[in-house]
Amino acid sequence: MGNYRMGTPKKTASKKTTEKKAVSAKPGKSEKIHLLTQMIRIRQMEEKTYEMYTKEKIRGFLHLYDGEEAVAVGIIENLDKEDGIVSTYREHGHALIAGMSMNSIMAELYGKAEGCSGGRGGSMHLYDKKTNFFGGSAIVANGLPMAVGLAMAYKMQNRNSISCCFFGDGAVDEGEFHESMNLASLWNLPVLFVCENNFYSMGMPFELAQAETDLVKKANAYKIEGAAVDGMDVMAVYDASVKAINYIREQKKPWFLECQTYRFRAHSMFDPERYREKDEVKEWKKRDPITTFTSRLQEEGLLDEDELNEIKKRVAEEVEESVEFSEKGTDEPIENLTRFVYSDEPKTLNKSK
Amino acid sequence: MKELKQQKMTYRQAVREAMREAMIKDDRVFLMGEDVGLYGGCFNVSEGMLEEFGSERVIDTPLSESGFTGAGIGAAMGGMRPIVEIMTVNFSLLASDQIINTAAIQLYMSGGQFNVPLVIRMATGGGKQLAAQHSRSLEGWYAHIPGLKVLTPATVEDARGMLWPALEDPDPVLIFENTTLYNYEGYMPDNGSIVDISTAKVRRNGADVSIITYGIGLHKSLEAAGILAEEGIEAEVVDLRVLRPLDNETIFKSVSKTHRAVIVDEGWRSGGISAELSSRITEKLFYELDCPVERVCGAEVPAPYARHLEQASLPQPEKIAETIKQMGGLHG
Repeated sequence: MGNYRMGTPKKTASKKTTEKKAVSAKPGKSEKIHLLTQMIRIRQMEEKTYEMYTKEKIRGFLHLYDGEEAVAVGIIENLDKEDGIVSTYREHGHALIAGMSMNSIMAELYGKAEGCSGGRGGSMHLYDKKTNFFGGSAIVANGLPMAVGLAMAYKMQNRNSISCCFFGDGAVDEGEFHESMNLASLWNLPVLFVCENNFYSMGMPFELAQAETDLVKKANAYKIEGAAVDGMDVMAVYDASVKAINYIREQKKPWFLECQTYRFRAHSMFDPERYREKDEVKEWKKRDPITTFTSRLQEEGLLDEDELNEIKKRVAEEVEESVEFSEKGTDEPIENLTRFVYSDEPKTLNKSK
Repeated sequence: MKELKQQKMTYRQAVREAMREAMIKDDRVFLMGEDVGLYGGCFNVSEGMLEEFGSERVIDTPLSESGFTGAGIGAAMGGMRPIVEIMTVNFSLLASDQIINTAAIQLYMSGGQFNVPLVIRMATGGGKQLAAQHSRSLEGWYAHIPGLKVLTPATVEDARGMLWPALEDPDPVLIFENTTLYNYEGYMPDNGSIVDISTAKVRRNGADVSIITYGIGLHKSLEAAGILAEEGIEAEVVDLRVLRPLDNETIFKSVSKTHRAVIVDEGWRSGGISAELSSRITEKLFYELDCPVERVCGAEVPAPYARHLEQASLPQPEKIAETIKQMGGLHG
């Protein structure tokens, strides 16, 4: 169901074309390899941004997605290109799988004019109109009402699109989560609420923040159907999202999906990680979505060592190209400092009626 | 509506007609807010609109200011043209995250990719003995935020005419309707539906002093000008109409003519829009001023309930007139 947002990654660094490809509910070899490749693209991109941060090429806050890749890939791969995506400040992976080019992401992190927002947004605020990627927000939970509104628009326009909203477990603490769940249910809106539960809102452990830790129960309290899924298993997320998206499109109602996952790195680059034990991180790393899925594909005889190396090599080339692209990037002219505070040209309303 | 153009109408009717007209003109326009439908609007502004347009376009919301304001932002970004009504500016603080952290900055953070064509209407102001949590004038505070446009219609013409250009504007526009103006009656001029949302207007000509004001302050200032005229002082009254962006040209032109400026604002003086106006005038016209800029603002207290206390906390025509009479070179 649905279309690939991105299609297969670029075979050579210079090819710019993207292709759409149907994804079935029961993915075969090529689709599974594609899912793995997409996760590897996120991982390698994030590792490179970490490196470039230590080299001071990237500044500000940098929230990395290592460990959580199965969530972005398992869900966004099943969305249609017309579906809207609303994300968080840990959104590089979402943006990439939504179909944004690694170049425009990396250049934005570099603060260059060639970045998706010309250096105005940075790591936490990636946007892309072409792929209906409505941005990363650094205010926890404040994207949920936007996702509700996008779904209102889709419904009012009789489109079959849905809005997909990513948020962390910390967002569940906020009132906007509860207001949004209620509105989406009350008005039967096509919203896929995806809670990326990585069990820490910055340093606050999930069980110290929530009186009721069964999040699906909270959704059910708003009469929203939902499920909790192993967010470290890309196929589990993929299957759950096929079910969720089918439900939303057919029933014209929201769905809540909790993906239990874990971030392998610190919250941001300024986090001494006093709140969790090293052994805990080590245990979760055994469930690394990329290594476990790689082993599974190898056991199933769907992937050999050469193919894996070829994927890694291609992705490494894409990452290198994004670095070269960003290194060559230009600075947004200071004369443009106040550009886009307001729109340049008023767009006239449709007066046909 | 055409037949109403030359009619006498209340400010409330003018806002209603503006919304009806917009919804008839464009299918993408809808109204959403607390009690806008079945109740007919907390201030009776949207009475009859649910029956006329149906519940899909006049949407009663739960008491979730942040949720439905954010939904308005999303709907606007998704191609609709929502009018979100927040019952009063006091409650808008619950939605201020959405207004300030989202609506105002999407265009900038996205490098010009996503504009937010949203209109948010809300009631503002004191004077109705509703005490501190229902009587704030925070329009100047919103005017602090780059990315927002802030309108303060003070006449029936503006109440009627400002909505359509606000809906046509590609960026978020906040419209502040002073609660004490809803019953105010005025005549719609022939061209009543054509107004801009970018300029200030001189509502009364005068040579001696410029009173710069907006909203309910316009009416109090016009009254003060009447008092002063009896004593031979001709006050010019400038209605700002738009608090962001401010129309420097009209303000400076008036003050250059009169060489005296007094700013009338129900909002608080400290850090308020009156402070900004005073700064701009002083920065630009210091050597043209015959005396220091004066301000008549709301007292720096939470609004009190008792009538005599509340009235004492608000700018009044007598106080405005008295302030002007004390200005250098003016003798009543």
